[in-house]
Amino acid sequence: MIGGLFVYNHKGEVLISRVYRDDIGRNAVDAFRVNVIHARQQVRSPVTNIARTSFFHIKRANIWIAAVTKQNVNAAMVFEFLLKIIEVMQSYFGKISEENIKNNFVLIYELLDEILDFGYPQNTDTGVLKTFITQQGIKSATKEEQAQITSQVTGQIGWRREGIKYRRNELFLDVLEYVNLLMSPQGQVLSAHVAGKVVMKSYLSGMPECKFGINDKIVMEAKGKGGLGSTSDTDQTRSGKPVVVIDDCQFHQCVKLSKFETEHSISFIPPDGEFELMRYRTTKDISLPFRVIPLVREVGRTKMEVKVVLKSNFKPSLLGQKIEVKIPTPLNTSGVQLICLKGKAKYKASENAIVWKIKRMAGMKETQLSAEIELLETDTKKKWTRPPISMNFEVPFAPSGFKVRYLKVFEPKLNYSDHDVIKWVRYIGRSGLYETRC
Amino acid sequence: MTDSKYFTTTKKGEIFELKSELNNDKKEKKKEAVKKVIASMTVGKDVSALFPDVVNCMQTDNLELKKLVYLYLMNYAKSQPDMAIMAVNTFVKDCEDPNPLIRALAVRTMGCIRVDKITEYLCEPLRKCLKDEDPYVRKTAAVCVAKLYDISSGLVEDQGFLEQLKELLSDSNPMVVANAVAALSEINESSPTGQPLVELNHATINKLLTALNECTEWGQVFILDSLSNYNPKDEREAQSICERITPRLAHANAAVVLSAVKVLMKMMEILAGDTEFCGTLSKKLAPPLVTLLSSEPEVQYVALRNINLIVQKKPDILKHEMKVFFVKYNDPIYVKLEKLDIMIRLASQANIAQVLSELKEYATEVDVDFVRKAVRAIGRCAIKVEPSAERCVSTLLDLIQTKVNYVVQEAIVVIKDIFRKYPNKYESIISTLCENLDTLDEPEARASMVWIIGEYAERIDNADELLDSFLEGFADENAQVQLQLLTAVVKLFLKRPAHTQALVQHVLSLATQDSDNPDLRDRGFIYWRLLSTDPAAAKEVVLADKPLISEETDLLEPTLLDELICHISSLASVYHKPPTAFVEGRSAGIRKTLPARQGSVEEAANQEATVIPNQESLIGDLLSMDIGSAVPPAQPQAPPTSNVDLLGGGLDVLLGGPPDLGGGVAPSTTGLLGDIFGLSSAPTMHTPPKTCWLPADKGKGMEIMGTFSRRNGQITMDLSFTNKAMQAMSGFAIQFNKNSFGIAPAAPMNMGALQPGQTLEYNLPLNTNGPVQRMEPLTTLQVAVKNNVDVFYYACQVPIQVLFIEDGTLDKRVFLTTWRDIPSANEVQYTINDIKGNADSVSAKMTHNNIFTIAKRNVEGQDMLYQSLKLTNNIWVLLELKLQPGVSHATLSLKSRSVEVAPYVFQAYDAVVKNC
Repeated sequence: MIGGLFVYNHKGEVLISRVYRDDIGRNAVDAFRVNVIHARQQVRSPVTNIARTSFFHIKRANIWIAAVTKQNVNAAMVFEFLLKIIEVMQSYFGKISEENIKNNFVLIYELLDEILDFGYPQNTDTGVLKTFITQQGIKSATKEEQAQITSQVTGQIGWRREGIKYRRNELFLDVLEYVNLLMSPQGQVLSAHVAGKVVMKSYLSGMPECKFGINDKIVMEAKGKGGLGSTSDTDQTRSGKPVVVIDDCQFHQCVKLSKFETEHSISFIPPDGEFELMRYRTTKDISLPFRVIPLVREVGRTKMEVKVVLKSNFKPSLLGQKIEVKIPTPLNTSGVQLICLKGKAKYKASENAIVWKIKRMAGMKETQLSAEIELLETDTKKKWTRPPISMNFEVPFAPSGFKVRYLKVFEPKLNYSDHDVIKWVRYIGRSGLYETRC
Repeated sequence: MTDSKYFTTTKKGEIFELKSELNNDKKEKKKEAVKKVIASMTVGKDVSALFPDVVNCMQTDNLELKKLVYLYLMNYAKSQPDMAIMAVNTFVKDCEDPNPLIRALAVRTMGCIRVDKITEYLCEPLRKCLKDEDPYVRKTAAVCVAKLYDISSGLVEDQGFLEQLKELLSDSNPMVVANAVAALSEINESSPTGQPLVELNHATINKLLTALNECTEWGQVFILDSLSNYNPKDEREAQSICERITPRLAHANAAVVLSAVKVLMKMMEILAGDTEFCGTLSKKLAPPLVTLLSSEPEVQYVALRNINLIVQKKPDILKHEMKVFFVKYNDPIYVKLEKLDIMIRLASQANIAQVLSELKEYATEVDVDFVRKAVRAIGRCAIKVEPSAERCVSTLLDLIQTKVNYVVQEAIVVIKDIFRKYPNKYESIISTLCENLDTLDEPEARASMVWIIGEYAERIDNADELLDSFLEGFADENAQVQLQLLTAVVKLFLKRPAHTQALVQHVLSLATQDSDNPDLRDRGFIYWRLLSTDPAAAKEVVLADKPLISEETDLLEPTLLDELICHISSLASVYHKPPTAFVEGRSAGIRKTLPARQGSVEEAANQEATVIPNQESLIGDLLSMDIGSAVPPAQPQAPPTSNVDLLGGGLDVLLGGPPDLGGGVAPSTTGLLGDIFGLSSAPTMHTPPKTCWLPADKGKGMEIMGTFSRRNGQITMDLSFTNKAMQAMSGFAIQFNKNSFGIAPAAPMNMGALQPGQTLEYNLPLNTNGPVQRMEPLTTLQVAVKNNVDVFYYACQVPIQVLFIEDGTLDKRVFLTTWRDIPSANEVQYTINDIKGNADSVSAKMTHNNIFTIAKRNVEGQDMLYQSLKLTNNIWVLLELKLQPGVSHATLSLKSRSVEVAPYVFQAYDAVVKNC
């Protein structure tokens, strides 16, 4: 198991050091600094073995967090745990930075004492941690309160405390999708997938049981079938409603996985406030909101002409937002002349790219940008490898076709019913890694 | 006010100042001072001198202050054991505190203080806490048992804590169960005897599976990891475990998913017989594995390293998921490199076009390591997917044209491998390669180029000039280049002796007189002596046919792979090394193996085989194999633990991967599986019963029985190994000597350890692409089998019918003309006795054995059967079988251009006809 945990700043100075096991000595702190932080480029793996001691590290915003062990630990668990620590710290004091860590070092030690025991991760749910690890240290609590805390830390529903009350029972569902695309210059889709998540904000009283329904192909087919033979392999069920084929999905720990496995129903008691209910991935029938058509021509050794056509491919009534196309330019670019029909385009020398920004664009439209790039003569023989053209956007629909069918709330003990809950659903499609090779 | 100011005190006399602050009456001041102490401790300053003052602050109601003092204690108690005693009273008192958080804190901290005197006082509070009414205290106490075991294992056993811990497995609270499992697993793994102290049984497993649904994500990992050490008692139990674990694959935590995969992979081994169940299970594994690739890069890295193992074990699982392994522009380099590895593993004829165009794209990236690997990958595709070889070669040529130095060098290294895989096919590109001679500056690329020049010296007009130019700087070359140069020049001399005598003398003198490298000197002397005593022999040795390289030289050794599968998700799976390679001492745990699938023995005692008594008689052959193959040391690195070293130069053959056996079934187990589960459609070809090839007394306790068979066009050597010694045997490997038909193992031997008294069946697939040398008798095959004890040699007879190939039919007219064309001197007659059945039934039986009846005539009451067959080395044999109804003997006439096979064919006829 994890033998020790160190936090360093970008210079390699130790900010936090907590040793959990006897086999990890003080020299381990220095070994990591010398061999990893100061070696910079040479280290090409997040796991490093130095003198039979293994170091797992993640680096976020100039801060290195390293877990150390001499045993054959579960590596996936160590990384998941390190990521979790970051999440916990962020929820306590915001951004991970040297200053914040120094300012909160006592708190961090307290947290580390609680969430890692002898190198075994314990309950890391921030909601629960916040009930008994507070910035000010624990206030003297009554015996009942103490018992409640401990039963919650170890409880079966460790993510929700009892006795929550709201005057207005309300919930928000955000379906957030990231479209990832890799397209060849000829417009052939090399790979495309949607990574989606459903984020829920719940402000519900008591211990509500929720049931969540989506237009998942398997569920819809089972419903539409009614004992007849299997349906044909289209993306429409009998009822004619479009369905989404989910390749794989993962759920927050509150979802009863065994129930999902057997009945394919998503039921859970939600944590209070915001959390990520599910994550899913689809690869079939993705509607790609934008298409980039590049045309690059090298005119001699000192000039290049680039034309980029951008097409929006969704309902004309909808608006795409925050559109940004990034067209890489060679390193020896000396000047760029730009003409674009819509939005603003600028050559950014620091990024070696032309950045073309369009605030809004309706569906089924087309626009274009042309650029003349002047190049300096260089003697390097090496060809410039053209990085792909990438783009960012936001659209108000789910490109995978994912739809929320219902979210029912049952709270048997309190006197409010499903109808009294105010529900909000929102769909947002964003660009993930949306690239077209040129 | 923030805490960061505590980091900045650098004044002299700081310790003294802190001391007075710690003794301040005001609580706030005290707390401030302790914070400063902790800050100093963190940055590595020695503040142990303040020990008594800090401990004095321990008695407080303020939980935050208490925690800070405890933190200090854990750090310094060891260096001040006498002082630490002062703290014991407070600990014991805290363990009785009404607040469960404080009770837990006390027992948690006490376990971390590794001072004997304190440990003594720990036992009583711990016993109480294990039975505490509050689950938070119990779950902390459970981990504390593991802490205590680490300090004093004897104490834990004597005080009965193990039993208490075991009771916690049935606790009502899932988190207590999870921590108890974690503690027990650790204690089991570090047990000094290597035997687990607490065995899991059916009932506890059930409890764990129930707790699995309710505990935290980390608890689920602990439970799944310990389940992976459990061997279910029968298939039903394994199946029910699988069913209850499968829902975990949808968990958001990658560690839960990977640990679940580990358990499932292991259970599938037990359930291998139930192909339907395993099939559906395999299908369920793919989506979660793919999903792992959208997690944070560090987690992706762990996932990819594991997927690499899973794909080697079960190539089918992800065969349709190639696209998700395409490299993204902004992936971290470690993710990119791992993705490349997996892309090569998944490359197949179906997706090769896509893969190649991706690889070509990668070869123009900026990161040098990545580009090199991409180029190497193109070469690997050429070797792996035969129909794509041409496209790969032309892609490589394109890349060479870019003239980017490291791309060219890498391309040349892989082209050498392609030449070895497809001899006499792509040599036309040599001239392009030679153009880039001057730019090569890396030893591996230079050595490869030199090898190519030497190997194809007869086609390169100016080979002598090229080699000569290398010789100028001979002394400065890397050793591997020097060795290659030496061999290449000798090859050149043997191929074109006319003008190269001076050159060869020059290189020989360079190697033998001016070099300090013993390898180089020895090789030089051997060549020199060979050339001066027997040039013909030299030619045979140096220019001997090389064994073809097989496609996957980088596969892990099967036993290691199986072990690593048991360690999925752990560090071992990230390093691709067994835990013993990086973990010290007892905590490395016992070696894990996948549950064995075993077969039974069949007895047959026919002492026909001869045991080759000593190694000397083989030495000549071995030597020639070694030098002849002249493998440039450019092979991708061997698996770290491989201890196979048999017949020297044969190493790469042994490590070579299994061939693609048609259906794409995991070749390492097909033979075995088929045997156990009777999957094989009972062999229609006559297979002689197994005979004893190596008796136990000659094999230091290892007995080998075996026979040859041919099923669906695949020749196999069916072996039964029996261990009659007292010790387990492992590290099996097999190698054949050159033989008349070029029979060679098609895959390296892949057999697990053989326990004393155990018998294992092993079917070794063979091919006929090995080196050829005429043996007497013709069908003799000399075999060397190695295990961890020794190397053993024996010879056996290959029944010739296994070499009859499926397309041995001749057109009637061709048969006639051929029959006429073969001179009568090549005709042999033979009489078969004791024939049962008539012409038709005999003919049918023959067909099963790839002896094909071309025509049948009835002449004067006699049935004449005209038959043909073809051997693996393309020798045609034509036969005429005269049968008389009611008479039990028949006359057989045989005609063949290589009539020396006749006696063996007659033996085959006897065997086939008499075997009903």
